[in-house]
This record gives sequence, structure tokens and C-alpha cells, in this order.
Amino acid sequence: MANSALEADLVRQPATVLAAAIAAGDVSAREVAQAHLDRIEQVDPAVHAFLHVDTDAALASADAVDVKRAAGATLGSLAGVPLALKDVLAMRGVPTTCGSRILEGWRPPYDSTVVDRLRAADVVILGKTNMDEFAMGSSTEHSAYGPTRNPWDLDRIPGGSGGGSAAAVAAFEAPLAIGTDTGGSIRQPAAVTGTVGVKPTYGGVSRYGLVALASSLDQAGPCARTVLDAAHLHAVIGGHDPRDSTSIDQPVPDVVAAAERADVRGMRVGLVRQLDGEGYAPGVRQRFAEAVELLTHLGADVVEVDCPHFEYALGAYYLILPSEASSNLARFDGMRYGLRANDDGDASVEQVMSNTREAGFGPEVKRRIMLGTYALSSGYYDAYYGQAQKVRTLIQRDFQSAFDKADVLISPTAPTTAFRLGEKLDDPLAMYLNDIATIPVNLAGNAAMSLPIGLSPDDGLPVGMQIMAPAMADDRLYQAGAAVEGALFDRWGHLLIEEAPAL
Amino acid sequence: MTTTTPQIVDFDEALTRYEPVLGLEVHVELGTESKMFCACPTAFGAPPNTQVCPVCLAMPGALPVINERAVESIIRMGLALHCDIAEWCRMARKNYFYPDMPKNFQISQYDEPICTDGYLDVTVPLPDGSGTKTVRIEIERVHLEEDTGKLTHAGGSTGRIHGADYSLVDYNRAGIPLVEIVTKPIVGTGELAPAVAKAYVAELRDIMRELGVSDVKMEEGSLRCDANVSLNRPGDDWGTRTETKNVNSLRSVERAVRSEIERQAGVLDIGGSITQETRHFHEDTGVTTPGRSKEQAEDYRYFPEPDLVPIAPDQAWVEQLRGTIPEQPSVRRSRLADEWGIGAFEMESLVNAGVLPLVEASVAAGVGPDAARKWWAGELLRVSNEKGIDPAELPVAPADIVRVEELIDSGTINDKLARTVFDGIISGEGDADAVIAARGLAVVSDDSALMVAIERALAEQPDVAEKIRGGKVAAAGAIVGAVMKATRGQADAGKVRSLLLAHLGVEDAQ
Repeated sequence: MANSALEADLVRQPATVLAAAIAAGDVSAREVAQAHLDRIEQVDPAVHAFLHVDTDAALASADAVDVKRAAGATLGSLAGVPLALKDVLAMRGVPTTCGSRILEGWRPPYDSTVVDRLRAADVVILGKTNMDEFAMGSSTEHSAYGPTRNPWDLDRIPGGSGGGSAAAVAAFEAPLAIGTDTGGSIRQPAAVTGTVGVKPTYGGVSRYGLVALASSLDQAGPCARTVLDAAHLHAVIGGHDPRDSTSIDQPVPDVVAAAERADVRGMRVGLVRQLDGEGYAPGVRQRFAEAVELLTHLGADVVEVDCPHFEYALGAYYLILPSEASSNLARFDGMRYGLRANDDGDASVEQVMSNTREAGFGPEVKRRIMLGTYALSSGYYDAYYGQAQKVRTLIQRDFQSAFDKADVLISPTAPTTAFRLGEKLDDPLAMYLNDIATIPVNLAGNAAMSLPIGLSPDDGLPVGMQIMAPAMADDRLYQAGAAVEGALFDRWGHLLIEEAPAL
Repeated sequence: MTTTTPQIVDFDEALTRYEPVLGLEVHVELGTESKMFCACPTAFGAPPNTQVCPVCLAMPGALPVINERAVESIIRMGLALHCDIAEWCRMARKNYFYPDMPKNFQISQYDEPICTDGYLDVTVPLPDGSGTKTVRIEIERVHLEEDTGKLTHAGGSTGRIHGADYSLVDYNRAGIPLVEIVTKPIVGTGELAPAVAKAYVAELRDIMRELGVSDVKMEEGSLRCDANVSLNRPGDDWGTRTETKNVNSLRSVERAVRSEIERQAGVLDIGGSITQETRHFHEDTGVTTPGRSKEQAEDYRYFPEPDLVPIAPDQAWVEQLRGTIPEQPSVRRSRLADEWGIGAFEMESLVNAGVLPLVEASVAAGVGPDAARKWWAGELLRVSNEKGIDPAELPVAPADIVRVEELIDSGTINDKLARTVFDGIISGEGDADAVIAARGLAVVSDDSALMVAIERALAEQPDVAEKIRGGKVAAAGAIVGAVMKATRGQADAGKVRSLLLAHLGVEDAQ
């Protein structure tokens, strides 16, 4: 690539291309960071992917990369590459709101492990991205700071909860982003914005510094425009962390090598019977069927698998998640950080706590805290939380037997393409159904990816395919995903995201 | 309908009508160097909020990681209390809002405690002095949890959060590992109930100290006891219980149980009913007053802590820890009392003085039990009290006691000089021989030197000399005393006496 062409189009380059150009000295990290900051300034007023852009810090860390390179230091695979960080991860000194009023003004005194590792890899963090409040939602409309808009159609939602991270990547504001996925919050936004998102195996990426929604389900992961970019980011943030007791003490599978292999020949691909059909939009089903054909064409051995307990996944999820969330969010009481409401000197500590939570939490957060408080109550625990845990075990068994027959499983990522802003805001159940295909993976703790497979003939909006792999076999996602991505690239001559309208 | 208000009933009288049932919950702060779920230090008395971090302040995103040493400590405690150790168990969240708890939930254990079904035998003296009785206290569970922060309420009259002008929170204590030891109901102890409660807590304290898992200082709150008490008439079902908190000394354990029995008997006597509640014990007045009412049981919404992996101690490790459990202190005490030929009273005074381990070590080094007791419960205890330190802190080794006793036996020094020798050792002048050399100590046994002193004394007190010559042997004491004074105690008084009498040609009548 000619130097001038690269410079003209810095924001449209994949992370791997940018990193190579910076390492080769074709472009400075500062120029790359500045190009993205300019792009943010240009398009983010319309998209609203970011809650906070830290221009000075971004340029300073870009400069540090340039200094390192000048000194002849060996740079990491993503050194100097800009990244957008979901506002649910603690970053020292930088506002971290989780999309909530209750954390307005809080600047963490510490870095999350993900941020630690990004810094160690010389990734340039541009700022914090918008999200549904405390990651509760599938549209980013539940952010206390206003919704993010889908770069494909500004009247539509970018998915959620990590709509900001997905939109930032889709709008070429950053080549990489970090999302978190509790029930689909990386994958569903990736699907509706035509980008790639991966939920790693539970325990594969440290949760230290990830503000918890549901501890047993939350997992941070990469968002990118290409499978290989996602693999590099996954490799940077993954791996054991002694500060997270649930972190797996094993090496991360070689996801980069798998993405480079990009081969499904002989791979057994399981089509999950329960994650298709009724409830899925015709255009989604059509593109998914074509992707299945493509896999067969590429040499995969496609088989149907049965996961009979998946139909209970949504119900179990909406008991386990609120239960854990009701407890995790108890710490937001106005006593130590963030908002403190109506502390007039006469109010008791209980009243101040109550006032703060009333003023600081939005309706969806309150709804889930109440659901969870109820589900954990004495006398109801066994019927709700206890039963939900049993369902969880059954879903894990479904996956086990499916993975006896297949190396990876596939489904549409989301039942529909991006819906219009406001369309499901007053109907929580309709909103919850967006995650019907993504939730089983969180309940079982295994790994999954969403990648773009085309535009729906219904509305011309992106459709995503979900690939699921067993725990600690994250590399299979990348191997299969990169093969599909490569075949589609060959067919279209470009990435799907290139078809997004100009902003 | 009676309008009588309940009267306090005399303890002995109360026991004629009611049987007490006890339940004791003891909290022990572990002496680990770091907190239960983070690396913060646990030292007592640091300036407020200086031993805190994102984890123990419950900063958003911070996660707990369990302290392995705390797990080891509780397993050793469980083994010392003859408990079963769970092969697999989980921590649980106990949810409730209170500003001393940063997360607004406490990480504790609920239905999967790590230690279950143990016991502890305690011995109490019978009130009529006729002997002792050993009572087996069944242990329901021993579980691990974290301590809360400490609230200080300013202004207001109650000293509680309600009514205070403002409250200060110190999170230094938040997250310190805490072990809760819960007994099964203790029945059938009758009039011994208060003494049994005290003896149980004392025995637990001794065990924890012996295990080295906690400094078990009740006054600093590292050992805390809640006493559940109920009364019932013989043959009736158990009564409603109250839970008395704020019991901060062994003596208070006994007094609180006694006081609650006397109070409840008064209520029951007039047909009243006991309110299930938390009560506070007041050291000054010796009575309990009502605290938080527990009529509406709080719903803590317990569920397994999802941020922590289950505790699954390796069985080989547990067996290895079993090998580190020392003999139960009370069992060891009665064994040693037998070996040393002393009674329970003498043993208790050694224990109370804090010198039992020192005596034991000296005996093990070869000193006779009587001599070891003589020094540690006598001169050395006096010196340590004078210095305001623990006897164990004196720089006196068992080998020093061995050497001093050898020197006494050989006649080199006497008991009086031995005290000077110890003074030298404690002052850092070296071992016994070095002190003797440096200070020129040693019994004067040179006859001619003594004779000079005797003759001088006789010359100074001619009347006394005359009396002795006249057969009044008892008068010899005055001369012996003068000689001892002249030799600054470095003479053997017996030897002086016999030299004196021989010199005067008087037969010793003694």
C-alpha cells in the first residue's frame, strides 16, 4: 500500500494493517491516533458512540509508542492501534459511568486488568463508549446519557448493551473496541452493526475491574471489523489473572494462528435446531441459510443438533442475572463514590441510600434489581434461583452432547436486524427476546463469535451469524469465522462494513 | 390482667423453676497478615482508612480473591474442635444494607460451612467446692466470613446511628477474616450455665492462641461472643431466646448469661413472654438492655458467591494440617498438673499468670517442676509485672533457669544471689556465669574471711556474744544477720551460724 493512500484512509484500515504500518515507520502512532480523534469529532455527534474521549491521554500514549519505536524497541502486535473501551471497565483517573447517573463523576483509582493489558501492549485507548445502564439492555437506549445510533441507519439501534463499542468500530471511529457480554452484549451489537464480536470462554479474560452485572455470566471480549483483528485483541487481553478467582489458569488458545488458518474443511458444524425458525425474521433466516450453504461449500460437514433445554434459557437467564445484579449493584448507595442524593443533613443514612438509588438508577436497572431481590427472597429462592441453576446445568449438558457431534455450533446471532429507536423500549419482554440465541452460551460459559454474513433482503441491514465453541476452544471460532469471512470477502470484493452509508 | 412489672429474680431461685438453654456464637478475627479477600494489612490501631484498597472499599469492578492462609487457619480450628472438614463448599453472599459494609453484602457461608459437627469438652468447678464437672459442648458449625468496617457515631445520646449528628466509617477492619463458631443448643447445665459459658469461651481462646491463628484479645474485639439464652420450665419446650451482644470479656460472658437468666425468670414469673431480640450487655451495670428487635426475621437473600470458586481442600493437605493440631489446652493442663504433682488451683494460677508455657519449657529443659514454678510464678513474674510486660517477653531462657539451679545446688550462689543473677540476665549482662563473674557474686565460703566478719560482729555486740556464751543460742541470729549484712548477702547463713557457734564453743540446740 502506498504511503499516501494509507494516510488518506487511516481510519478504514484494519488494526493489523495499522500496527504493521506503525512498526514499519510508514505512519506514526500519533498520526493514527489523530486521524481517529478527527473522525470521532466528525461523526460522533451523530452516532454518539463515546461517553468520554480522552484526547490528551490518547495522544500521549501514541507518542510513547513512537518514542519506543524510535528507540528500536520491539513493538507488540497491536502497538499504537487505537481502541474504544466500553464504559463498564475501570480505568484509572478516567470517568467510568457504566451508562448510569449513579456513577456520574466517579474516576476509578485503579485500572482493570483488561486496561492493564492494553497498556502493556501499547494499545492507544481513545475513550469510553456508551452502553445500556450497567449493561442492562439490547439497544443502548437504556443509557442515562442518551442512545447510540446505528451507523448503518441513524434511526436504528446499534444493539446493546455494548452499542457504543460496536458503533465506534462500525463508524470507523476506532478499529478495535472492548465490549462485555453477559447475555449477548458483544455479539448482538456486532450482528446489527456488521462487525465482528467475540465472547471468550468464561474465565478466559479477567473480570477484575469490569463493573459486574452478573458475575457468573459477564465476560469481556474483542470488537473489530475483521476476525483477525479480533483475534489479536483477544490474545492481548486474555489469560489468567490472579486478581480474578474465576479466571482460568491455562494458556489462551492460539486464536491468532487459528484466524490465519481460516479453514473449515472437515470441520463438523452443528446447526442448532432450537435457534432458528419461529421468531427469526425471514431476511435473517435467508442469509443464515446461505451461510450454511457456504460452509458446506467450503468443506465443512454440517449436521443438525438438538439442544432441547435452550427453550428454558431465557427464563433461567432472567432469574440468574437479576439475582446476581441485585446484589452486585447494592454497593451503589452514595456512601463512598458517585452520586449522593438529597443528603440534607436531616435525612437518615437509609434515606440517603434510598434517595440516591431512586435518583441514580434508571427504570430498567430498578426493574432487574426488584426481580432479583424477589427471586432470592426466602421462600422463593428454590423455586426461582434454584430452578434456574438446574436449567443452567441442563443447558450445559445440551452443549456437551452437541459438541460430541460437532466441533462448533452455529445460529443466527439475533432474531432480527437493527430495530428502530424506541420500537421496543416500552416492551421489556420484546427487548429480552433479542438475546434468545446468545444467552445459552453465557449460561454454559463457553465461547462464541458473531460475524457479518450479509445484508437482510428485508431492510438492507446487516445480519450476523453466531459460531459457538466449547470452553477453552475459542480458537475454533476464529478458524471457522475467518474462513467464512474470507469466502464472503472473495465474493463481495470487500468487507460488508464497506457497504455502510457514509456518515 | 396483671399490671405487675417483672422483677429480677435471684439466680439460685430462678434455677429452682427454670432450666436454661444456651447457644454461643463466637467470632474470632484471624491473625492473617492480609485481609480475607485482598492484600491489605490487618494491623490493629492504624489511622482510619489507611489499610484499604479497591477490593475492601468495594470499588466498582473490584473482585475478591480468597486468602489461602485464612482457609488453612479455619481448617486447623475445625480440626482442633473435632469437626468434619467439607471436601467442597462455597462462600455465600449475605445481603443487607448497612454503611459499615462497603459492598452492602457480606461474604460469608450459609448452608455449606467448611467445618461441621464438632465438640469441645470444658471443665467447670462445682459451686459447692466438691470437685469439677466436664461438659461436652457440641459445635454446630465453624465458618469463614469477613469483618465489617467500624462506625463511630457523633452527637446524639444513644451512641447508635439513629439520632447521631453524623457517623464516621473506618474501613480498616472491613474484610479482615473472621471465623464464626456456633454451638448447638447447650442444655442441662442448670446452675452451671454461666460458668460453662465462660469456660467454653476461655477454652476456645486458649485453643486459638495455641494454634496461633488469632491473638484472641476480647478487649480489642478479635474474640467476640454473642450469648443466646432461653428458659423453660422443666418438661416444657424450649423458651424464646434472646441474643446478647457486646460481651467483651470472659467475666462478662458469665455475668451476661447470669443476668439474662435472672431477667427472663422475672418476665416468665408474671406470665410474660420473652421477646426474641438482640440485647446489649453493659459492663458497668451488669445488665442487658434491648437492642434491635428480631420479630421480623431479616431476609438476607443468601446465594452462593459467584465471584469466588468453591473451596475444595485437598484431603492430603487436611491430614497434614491435622498433624499440626496441638493437645487441647485443658487436657494438657491436667496432664501436666498430674506430672508435676500440683493441684488444679496451683495450675490455674500458673495459667492466669501466663507462665504455664514458660514453666513447661523450663521443665522440659531439665529444671525440676517446683523450681521452675518457683522462679516463673515468683521472682520473674514480679519483675515482668514491674516492667509491665508479659513474662514471656523477659529475656530469660529455660537454659538460664537450668544453670541458676545448678549454681544453687552446688552452693555457688543462694536464692538471694540468684535473684541478682536474674536481674543481670534481664539487664543484658550475659548468661548466669557472666553475671556472676562481672558482678563478683558468689557465696563467701572462705572460713577465714567469714571468721574475720564474725569476730568483728561479736566485738560490736558484746552483750549478744555474752548471751550466746551463756547458752542463749537463739541470740545467734543477731550476729549471723550482721555477718550477712557485712558480706552483702554473699555468705551462706547456715555456715556462718555453725562457724559462730563452734567459735564460741556452744552446742547448737536447733
